[in-house]
Amino acid sequence: MSSLGKIIRKEVKELLTPATLIPIIIIAILFGSLGGVFGGVEEQLEEPPMIAVINEDGGSLSLVAMAVFNATSDIVYNGTDVQEALNVLDEKGGVSLFVIPSNFTSDIENDTRGTIEIFWIMKGAGIMDSVPGAAADANLMYVDQAISAALINGNMSDNASLILNPTQYYETTLFKGKEMTGISPPTIASVMSSQSFVMPLIVMMVIIYAGSIVISSMGSEKENKTLETLLTMPVSRTSIVFGKLIGAALVGLLMAVIYMFGMSYYFDSLMGSTSIDLAEFGLTLSILDYVLVGMSLFASLVFALALCMILGIFTKNYKAAQTMTMPVTFLAMIPMFVTMFTDVDTLPMVVKVLVLAIPFSHPMIAMRSLMFDDYALVLGGIAYTSAVALLAMFVAVTLFKKDILLTGKVSSSDKKSRYPIIALLQTIARKRKK
Amino acid sequence: MYAVEVKDLVKNYGSFQAIKGISFNVKEGEVFGLIGPNGAGKTTTLRILSTLLEVTGGSIKVQGIDLREKPDEVRRVISYLPEDAGAYKHLKGREYLKFIAQFFAEGKEMEELVARGLEIANLGERIDDKVDTYSKGMARRLLVARALMIKPKLAILDELTSGLDVLNAQEIRRTVKTFASQGTTMLISSHNMLEVELLCDRIALINDGMIVAEGTPADLKQRYEAQNIEEVFVRVVRK
Repeated sequence: MSSLGKIIRKEVKELLTPATLIPIIIIAILFGSLGGVFGGVEEQLEEPPMIAVINEDGGSLSLVAMAVFNATSDIVYNGTDVQEALNVLDEKGGVSLFVIPSNFTSDIENDTRGTIEIFWIMKGAGIMDSVPGAAADANLMYVDQAISAALINGNMSDNASLILNPTQYYETTLFKGKEMTGISPPTIASVMSSQSFVMPLIVMMVIIYAGSIVISSMGSEKENKTLETLLTMPVSRTSIVFGKLIGAALVGLLMAVIYMFGMSYYFDSLMGSTSIDLAEFGLTLSILDYVLVGMSLFASLVFALALCMILGIFTKNYKAAQTMTMPVTFLAMIPMFVTMFTDVDTLPMVVKVLVLAIPFSHPMIAMRSLMFDDYALVLGGIAYTSAVALLAMFVAVTLFKKDILLTGKVSSSDKKSRYPIIALLQTIARKRKK
Repeated sequence: MYAVEVKDLVKNYGSFQAIKGISFNVKEGEVFGLIGPNGAGKTTTLRILSTLLEVTGGSIKVQGIDLREKPDEVRRVISYLPEDAGAYKHLKGREYLKFIAQFFAEGKEMEELVARGLEIANLGERIDDKVDTYSKGMARRLLVARALMIKPKLAILDELTSGLDVLNAQEIRRTVKTFASQGTTMLISSHNMLEVELLCDRIALINDGMIVAEGTPADLKQRYEAQNIEEVFVRVVRK
């Protein structure tokens, strides 16, 4: 082998480690999953939407509209009672109720746009959750086209504006017990996603910044050989752990604030004139709600830092510390992507449990949940995240008192050091039993 | 009372036994040397005495305090200087000494500790430069100053002058001797046999996790009919 070949071989061997490969593989899997999700969207759009229809008008144009609904949708209710129709939709998982009022045909014939009253059943506030509704919304366009054609063919109007746009909608959206008049699900989902996008981003940035500070601090202490000196000082291990965690949390928060300062301008420029005030629809947060969001974020941050401290204990130097942040980053990225695209409530139960098992999910969904008064989920999330954070802190402080901090292995008489944390927990449990 | 009492000390790393039941005592104000080949268990012993590693078996008392029971109290009376120790690179020499001193004293007393540290380090104007810019010798002098400025009851010094030139090594040895004469007990490990002979009142030779010889340098030379401690070392290890 030539000298060049030897050097290339050495470089590749040095760079191609599990630490460099695993993150790339996980990112590929994440993007692959997103591809699958978008593929599913296309399938959903091809399926006829499940709707209910009440035709209070017997006129010819209402029949044209009914013909379009019949051809393009799966009609699960065709009757006269709004409440009954909504119950059927709720039971069967339908997306909308179209009510054609008695004056529909006559209005159009009298040069006034015909009104269709729409009740949207919104299942989740994620972008993906508005897909079935979007299919039903698209069918309204076909209704418009069919009525336009009927007006032209029947020579019923010479008003070009009316012919091009013969209907108008009166929309009411029903979502998690709230009735919002004059707004459609895609608009709500869009505004809420834009708003709830900020929270996951803040959570992710704080976790990644503060977490990497903790891990890097541990890596740096080990690389610079300052850790041993620190550990032999008259300072309790708990103080060292808490000092590192609080220091990292403060710097992480500061960095996140600076980052978000720039991001808020970016979002403002994106939202601009299309911004809709959700408060008009009763979707507001009280001071108590903001306190709960803060508590959720704090508990989640404590967990992240303690987890990073545990990972930092295993790191050997500064370079290794950089790759150690990957597991935490992924744990933060998964709920961020999920909350960006969908509503946790609409996920299959197993997936929902898995997402909620990640403590970082809770502050990300807290704002949205509180808007719809889902206090049980938020309070439960705070309790769960706090419990997991306390456990992680306990493990971190305990590990700080063990040989593993310096040796990277659990000191025990039997060989189980491949799983040091499990071995440590078993040892603690045994000691408690005694 | 002994400054250090080690009895039947055992240390296991998984199934590997690094220390196999060693016992030794160090008198107050004594300079006691642990010498032995690489991997013999010197650093492990010093790390255990510094409360860094857990004890598998046996007992240790430092200044009469049970190390296994009260490691926090032991930390108040010891000062440990690891072989390849470093200082926080973002700090200046003076800031580093202040950072350490504030854990041991406050106010005027702390200032006195720092002043003593500055004197031991003897870095002149360079004390106000970042540690990052120090040579190996300067950094080691700063670290020795850090370890001794608090006048610990027991200073545990691992490879005191490792990697230093003759002048720096001699200066550090002189400092250690001075502090020992003022009452600080010194427990040192070294590969440098001349250093051990010059510094130590008593020596323990450790090999494969066991103490194989112990005594004053003169005793050991006589016992092994050797010219110097290096010869004693070779004979004991090859035995």
